[in-house]
Amino acid sequence: MSETVTKKKWMLFFPKCDSEKPIIYHLVKDHNLVVSVFRAKVTPEEEGYLVLDVTGTEADIQRGMDFVRTFDVTINDTGKGVNRDTNRCTHCGHCVAHCPTGALYIANRATREVGYNEADCIECLACIRVCGYAACASTF
Amino acid sequence: MKTYQQINDRISSGKAVVLTADEIMDYVDEKGVEAAAQEVDVVTTATFGPMCSSGCFLNFGHSKPKIRMSEAWVEDVLVYTGVAAVDIYLGATETRHGDPCNMYYPGEFRYGGGHVIEDLVAGKTLQLFALSYGTDCYPLREMRTYFTIHDLNQAIMVNPRNCYQNYNVAINDSEKPIYTYMGTLEAKRKNANYCSAGQLSPLLNDPYYETIGVGTKVWLAGAQGHVYAEGTQHAGGGPRTPGGVPMGGAGTLALTGDMKRMRPEFVRGVSFRGYGISVGLGVGVPIPILNEEILRRTCVRDRDILAPVVDYSNEYPQNTGKVICHVSYEQLRSGEIEVEGEKVIVGSLSSYYKALEVANLLADEIRRGDFHLAEPIAPLPKDTVMKPLVAREKP
Repeated sequence: MSETVTKKKWMLFFPKCDSEKPIIYHLVKDHNLVVSVFRAKVTPEEEGYLVLDVTGTEADIQRGMDFVRTFDVTINDTGKGVNRDTNRCTHCGHCVAHCPTGALYIANRATREVGYNEADCIECLACIRVCGYAACASTF
Repeated sequence: MKTYQQINDRISSGKAVVLTADEIMDYVDEKGVEAAAQEVDVVTTATFGPMCSSGCFLNFGHSKPKIRMSEAWVEDVLVYTGVAAVDIYLGATETRHGDPCNMYYPGEFRYGGGHVIEDLVAGKTLQLFALSYGTDCYPLREMRTYFTIHDLNQAIMVNPRNCYQNYNVAINDSEKPIYTYMGTLEAKRKNANYCSAGQLSPLLNDPYYETIGVGTKVWLAGAQGHVYAEGTQHAGGGPRTPGGVPMGGAGTLALTGDMKRMRPEFVRGVSFRGYGISVGLGVGVPIPILNEEILRRTCVRDRDILAPVVDYSNEYPQNTGKVICHVSYEQLRSGEIEVEGEKVIVGSLSSYYKALEVANLLADEIRRGDFHLAEPIAPLPKDTVMKPLVAREKP
């Protein structure tokens, strides 16, 4: 494992039973991870979702992931809080002007095809609000 | 000089030379207008975007016993029954029964007429609920049933206004976000939206309506339809650039086509947050290259087409007609325009990507000999202007 600091995007799914445990606290304190939460929906007595960036060495990130997995919590490390349905997208580009990070962008100047770089998405949900064709949707 | 007949003969023989309006400029730059006009038979133009003034006539056939529908809903969307017993008109912008609309502002408008039209073309099973006052010849008072487009006798799209020649660029001068048919506009000119295929758009490639007129055959969402009249609000008489390109809305087309032959990817329900429902349509129009002048006009480029920037927080709703400035489609497509010295981020409601797809599909159909051109039976007026609605005292 390298000492290089990297950043990973996680989406955690909390089943009803574990939604009140202080997992983020332990990620920071015990595993030296810098945590940036984009979006959370964790309601007591209900299942919850949390989308976050974790920054740290690969070893710390791996340990943090192993720690999270000791609970009944599902980690999706490909970041799927916002989904774009390429069949519903018409590539009009309305979303591009509202996307603050450029995750949605004009991928081809000649054809005006709209591209989506999931890694740059901070899940502000602006695309969901402005898309007239419901091409963007939230997992939760 | 070529005639429609000569071009159609070449299409029949599979020898027609067809280019899209996106390809023709470079082709003409390389070959020269004279040689290119000899060689090229057709230039295909296209657009894809929300086109509110759209809808369809449906005929359900007769039930046993018969009903003369006096009120009806398809998927809880109200349709117009004042036509005949089982003929209805379904409008693209109609909201669904029970939708709170803008009561909880801004409303979401998740489903309405445009979505019913999309579902119909996609072959989905839909609910019809109809009521009647009952007559001696049509005794049934109520009907609830389920149908697909294949069960209907006719499903004919009839769109009073499509393919605006040019359009406004919408901006918001106010201190709060606004929700319009031109999309969401952030406060203090933070973003601008436009809605045109620019250099690919049908009427921008034939600015004086020399080949596009009543009777012109068009590609309407995959079906072979035609222009049945000038579009509503058609106003060809407005200001133009020295090159002849209208600097505002100008011309429109009224289009019709058989929905049973349409492709669902080119008929798409649209929800405008805080505004309402529309339908996104793909339209292709072939331009016959009858002479050099017609070819020269199809070579229009985004940099030659100017669109008016209009404030949608006050000037548009109050119908003042004020235009802040004009910007070119080349500037709009760069993603940023300058309005009174300030940079503004630009988004689009019209899809150039899908318009290109339409232009290429139409070009392929013509090359295969599956799509012939029709000569207009009447021209579109060039000199009309738009009249306002005047609130008058009772005479």
